[in-house]
Order: sequence, then C-alpha cells, then structure tokens
Amino acid sequence: MSNKESPTKTIIVALLLSLVCSVVVSTAAIKLKPIQQKNQALDKKRNILVAAGMMEEKSSASVEELFSQIESKYVDLTTGEFVEVPAKFDQRKAAKDPTMNVALTAEQDLGGIGARSKIAHVYIVKKDGQLDSIILPIHGKGLFSTLYGFIALDKDLKTVKGIKYYEHGETPGLGGEVDNSNWLAKWPGKQVLDANGEPVLTLVKSDANSANEVDALSGATWTTNGVQNMIHFWLGDNGFGPFLDKLRAGEI
Amino acid sequence: MAFDKQEAKSVLFAPIFNNNPIALQVLGICSALAVTVKLETAFVMSVALTAVVAFSNLLISLIRNHIPSSIRIIVQMTIIASLVILVDQILKAYAYDISKQLSVFVGLIITNCIVMGRAEAYAMKNGPVMSFLDGIGNGLGYSVLLIVVAFFRELFGSGKLWGYTIFQSISDGGWYQTNGLLLLPASSFFIIGLLIWALRTWKTDQVEGKE
Repeated sequence: MSNKESPTKTIIVALLLSLVCSVVVSTAAIKLKPIQQKNQALDKKRNILVAAGMMEEKSSASVEELFSQIESKYVDLTTGEFVEVPAKFDQRKAAKDPTMNVALTAEQDLGGIGARSKIAHVYIVKKDGQLDSIILPIHGKGLFSTLYGFIALDKDLKTVKGIKYYEHGETPGLGGEVDNSNWLAKWPGKQVLDANGEPVLTLVKSDANSANEVDALSGATWTTNGVQNMIHFWLGDNGFGPFLDKLRAGEI
Repeated sequence: MAFDKQEAKSVLFAPIFNNNPIALQVLGICSALAVTVKLETAFVMSVALTAVVAFSNLLISLIRNHIPSSIRIIVQMTIIASLVILVDQILKAYAYDISKQLSVFVGLIITNCIVMGRAEAYAMKNGPVMSFLDGIGNGLGYSVLLIVVAFFRELFGSGKLWGYTIFQSISDGGWYQTNGLLLLPASSFFIIGLLIWALRTWKTDQVEGKE
C-alpha cells in the first residue's frame, strides 16, 4: 500500500474518488431540483402572459398573480374536445412517445416535427365568463433548431393577439430576431385565419400592408419560413383546427 | 512549503497580462467565441470558469500525492467534471435566465483547456494555497479578455452594454446601424487577434522569435 503506483492503490483511489464525486453531484442535483423546476414553470408562464399581451417583457409584476386569470386545459387534437390528463402529462414528452403521439406524413408535416402529441395544452383567458383570448403552444423547425412558442388569438379566434418564442437556437442577430420585441409588435391585429377557419397568414419580404401579411425578418428566410409553416400547421386541420372549429361553433 | 508573498502575487497577477491564458497560451478560445455576444453572459461565464479552475486546482493539489500517475488525467477530469456540474446546477437554480443563454457552454467548461492545463501544469506540483491562487489568477486572465471582447461585441454589435441601450439602433428607431458581423462568433477572432497584437506591442517579450 505504501507505493502510490501499485494497482491496489490505483483502484482504491479511483473508487473513492468516484464515490465522493457521485455523492456530491447527485446531492446537488436532487437538492436543487425543486428550485429549478419552479424556475422553468415560471419562465413558461411568463412567456404565456407575454404572448397574450397581459404582461410586458421585462416587467417585474407577479407572474403567479397574473397567471391566475388563465385557465389551463387539455385538448384532444383529433376530436377537438377537452380531455382530462394524468397529473404528470408533458406535451413535449408525449410528442416523442409512440403511444401518445400521431406520426405525420410528409404532406401534413409543415412544421418539420415528425410527430405530434395526441393531446395538447391550451390556455384560455375569460373575462366576465366570456372567452377573451386563447393561447396555443406551437413549435416547428427553423434553420438550426426547433422553435417553441405560443400564439395568442383574440376572442374572434381569427385575430392574432400576440406571439412569443421561449426556446430556440437560431443565429443571434438574424433568425434569433424572432425574440425582437419590435418585430413581435407587428403581429397583434393580424388576421391569421380566414372566414372558413383556414390559415392564411403569410410572412412577406416587402410591403406587408394587408391584414394577413407580416413583415419577414431580413436575413432569416429559413427561420421566417419555419414560423409561417408552423403557424399553418398548428392552426390547420392537423393541429388545433378541429378544436378551433368547435370553439367557434360554440360547442364547447 | 512556506508562504511566499512575492510568489503569491506573481501567481495571482501574472496570468492577467504577462501570461494570459487566452492571449499568450491561446487556450479556451471556444467559449471566448461563443459567450461574448453580451457582457452579462461573458461575466457569468467568467465567474463560473474562475470558480471551477480555482477549486479544481485546490482539490487536485490537496490529493496530488495520492494520485497514481497512470490515472491522473482521469482523476483530474472527474474532479473538474463534478465541479462543472455543480456550477451548472447552481446556475439553473439561481440564475435561470442566464443559464438558458449560456446553454451548453457551462457544461463545456469541462473541456476548457485552461482548467485541465492548470491542473496538470501547476496543481500537480504545487501546494493547495498556491494552486488555488493560480486558479484564481488564470480565471481572472480569462475573464479580462472575455469581458473586453464582449464589451466591443455588445457595444458595436447591438448598440448596448449590459442590456442597456447606449447607441439607439435603427431597428429600434434610432440612428445606429448595428454591425451584424460582431454578433457572429467569428468576429471574436478579429477582436482577440487585435488584442494580442496590442498586448505584444506593449509587452514585447511576448513576441515569439522567428523560426
């Protein structure tokens, strides 16, 4: 044991070190997990509020308090009806789980996501018992990454109330400008769906004058296409289409 | 080993200008390119790296007489990796927004050559106190360069400093045409290159002899 180069000593050092390090790392991970999850949940809520135009981007208002006005529900995307889900339901995990997702054909898959969850999370804002706005999660491929965000529709279910991306890996300064609040400010008031509930919004390179055109991001054609495609997908027949139809008809 | 004030001072301050890990040894360039778009991320990254180098040096130095040389690199890596995971977890818990922006680069401190380099070159041969100071010194050297690069990139790339608008950019209705090149990682090469030039003009002993 006296020689530090002996095989026995080597193994003992390796074992002890692994043991100590793994205890330290796992303790930290477990102890800090509740705080981290709280941060993630809070971040998501903040983004929902910003998408719905109920909160300023950097405001220090209480997220929890504002969020209490929002009703959180789950929708079966095929039937368009509200469903109950297990407490631990996670839409992102469900989209990857073959028992809980629907594979999309190349033709359907505008957003480049491969498969979508059967059930989706929706957020509803009511005022005096009447529907005020609805916030839908959307995601799809941009140039380098999958963009995750929310789109909020006004009570006519055609007009955009706001849009916000909370996770993406696009090039800062180019595609990353999907975060730019000046660009996002161009969205409210745009008509994303026509009278029949079909997605008609396009992102154009110049002269975005009509109500269903939004100015595209310069230098970010792929990201812009991704944004347009994911909106067409999620608000179309394979996305929230059936749900929006039911909601418009006043069935739910 | 007696505590030598003179040496402690040189260990702590030499890496800032005389033996800068980025400018002279050209280590740790990867993260210097990636996290310097904004001052805030560069600062947090600097603090994270300094903490990791300092403590990995300290811990490795403490057990240096027990590390068998056949597995010394793995032992160093394990200690560094554990520390990095610890830092990453703490950032996720207490600085969530920033950890989101730094994304994988905190994890990549593990592969940062500065950390391994100092562990192998200094901590394996010197006492814990000196090693700790050496870690802080090299962390500071890294930080100074990172912050200078981030200062130029954020100021001229997006007209802001620490998120506050300095030059109102045209896209926000002001006059400043932002320099998009500075937002791309490659621009760090230009800035680091210019800094190395400036540093070697000032301290001529850093200029390498002709081959």
